[in-house]
Amino acid sequence: MTNPRGRFGIHGGQYIPETLMNAVIELEEAYDRYREDPAFNRELETLFNEYAGRPSRLYFAEKMTKDLGGAKIYLKREDLNHTGAHKINNVLGQALLAKKMGKTRLIAETGAGQHGVATATAAALMGMECVVFMGEEDTKRQALNVYRMRLLGAEVIPVTTGTATLKDAVSEAMREWTKRISDTHYCLGSVMGPHPFPTIVRDFQAVISREIKAQMQEKEGRLPDAVIACVGGGSNAIGSFYHFIGDESVRLIGCEAAGRGIDTFETAATVNTGRVGIFHGMKSYFCQDEYGQIAPVYSISAGLDYPGIGPEHAWLHDIGRAEYVPVTDEEAVCAFEYLARTEGIIPAIESAHAVAYAQRLAPEMGKDRIIVITISGRGDKDCAAIARYRGEDLHE
Amino acid sequence: MNKAGKERIREAFGKGKAFIPFITCGDPDLQTTAACVREMVRSGADLIELGIPFSDPTAEGPVIQGANLRALTGGVTTDRIFDLVRELRRDVTVPLVFMTYANVVFSYGAERFLGACAETGIDGLILPDLPFEEKEEFLSVCREHGVALISLIAPTSENRVAMIAGEAEGFIYLVSSLGVTGVRSSITTDLEPIVRTIRANTDVPCAIGFGISNPEQAKKMAEKADGVIVGSAIVKIIAQYGKDAAPYVGAFVKEMKDAVR
Repeated sequence: MTNPRGRFGIHGGQYIPETLMNAVIELEEAYDRYREDPAFNRELETLFNEYAGRPSRLYFAEKMTKDLGGAKIYLKREDLNHTGAHKINNVLGQALLAKKMGKTRLIAETGAGQHGVATATAAALMGMECVVFMGEEDTKRQALNVYRMRLLGAEVIPVTTGTATLKDAVSEAMREWTKRISDTHYCLGSVMGPHPFPTIVRDFQAVISREIKAQMQEKEGRLPDAVIACVGGGSNAIGSFYHFIGDESVRLIGCEAAGRGIDTFETAATVNTGRVGIFHGMKSYFCQDEYGQIAPVYSISAGLDYPGIGPEHAWLHDIGRAEYVPVTDEEAVCAFEYLARTEGIIPAIESAHAVAYAQRLAPEMGKDRIIVITISGRGDKDCAAIARYRGEDLHE
Repeated sequence: MNKAGKERIREAFGKGKAFIPFITCGDPDLQTTAACVREMVRSGADLIELGIPFSDPTAEGPVIQGANLRALTGGVTTDRIFDLVRELRRDVTVPLVFMTYANVVFSYGAERFLGACAETGIDGLILPDLPFEEKEEFLSVCREHGVALISLIAPTSENRVAMIAGEAEGFIYLVSSLGVTGVRSSITTDLEPIVRTIRANTDVPCAIGFGISNPEQAKKMAEKADGVIVGSAIVKIIAQYGKDAAPYVGAFVKEMKDAVR
């Protein structure tokens, strides 16, 4: 392979227009320079701790544990971060890096709006210009987040092409980047796209598993038996898994959005229903038809409504190190309501996919076992949509 | 095929400045594509780029995105496009190159796709999402089947120009400006130094594309290189006239060819 870096098994790579090649090379060189730089890392840690509110709590969900009657359940509370999701970890890292590179403008794609809000937040904090591309469909599903982004000074551009969801927002952000490169950093929101994004985003999100490991050691004196997280592109999942990949005893479980079910066309479960392909700069698994046309995927969760998955997940699947399980809309909505009533925590509908699988898994495991569920974000943004799903005529 | 695609492409550049029109196959249907291609040949096209539509064409502007959508909605598939090429090759002798996205080739199977290219008479392949670093994905299979894998060079390529040009085959697709495909009122990139570097590193011909929409622009660009590529302006005509587009496309191609001559 000409460029073995940026490959995870057969996955990953840099399948992008020539126009962007020097931009990703410049980014890779800058990242290589700063990733081990003590001053950069000190600055980032200060932002994480003082601004984003890290470390996030590892909370023992006692009532949920008792109710399910099996494994002990801990919740990694990324929902308590500033801006309400894990997305801020990656964004603070990338915005700081972009600033060091002399960039003055951030562009981003967003699905549910969490990454867009996080990017708009970092841009406001660091005095950078910000443009967020969001599928028109998602601007309707997540109107409150659109307002938040504008409030933070970002320009939100609704994307009307294709399915007008996350995949189209990514395509449009890539197109925008080819138009304006010199002052602009594309702040990609997940562990996807061309190298070096999957590595950069993973490294900034790996703080999640680094903290889980230390907090678990402190609380239980051992490793957990399973770590469960939802997967769209897969950034909170890879962040939750990363420092456990070498610990073979820890089951790593990614929960894909099955939408109306993996036996229907209205699904976004990439590993469970997709094939290997090349799209959005990377080789990985994608939902596609027999001719390689990307499928119009569906999930109730705008953040998981993406036809691909990050290349490192594709590799962890190939080598059998992580499991990827489908969770339907209905299961996720039930879990959303369950966590609210049981623990008084309203999770993002994305994270509710992980809660749903834990509800299935915990009773099958002994009481001496430990599960960690990453609550990647908070669910305020989803309340109106879930109310509508349940037949209530509630609008923001 | 008697000759390798790269030699046939070279001959197309041997008769003065080349005019290379692009068309999205199946927009609005394959009969119209066939009629337009034949009109292009009659009107002086030296080489024709046939676009295989892709659901998410990230290097295209709104005009060609629209063509991709119309074609796919109309039910066009890679197999039906190979049938079109087979049918065209009964009388069309100018070189034909495919322009599509990596997943279309990868998903079909590189061996099967390039085999079908050779069998039906495709001379080259342009994949805008396959940069130099990833060309090994398809290069050996392309060579095996005598299909030229066309390299793209962009205004941002800078220190990469020599490297890309040095290994180029068929022709070099020089992207005129930043951004995606689409009509531009003016092209401001300083292309001369890029062309000079290309010339210093290869004798493979170089054609300029992206944003060229009228005879004046085409003439100016043709002076800088060996040929010009025009896509969005043609696709716009097809979007306007639909199934009756062929004569209008022919008239436009003739006007453009006369300007670059």
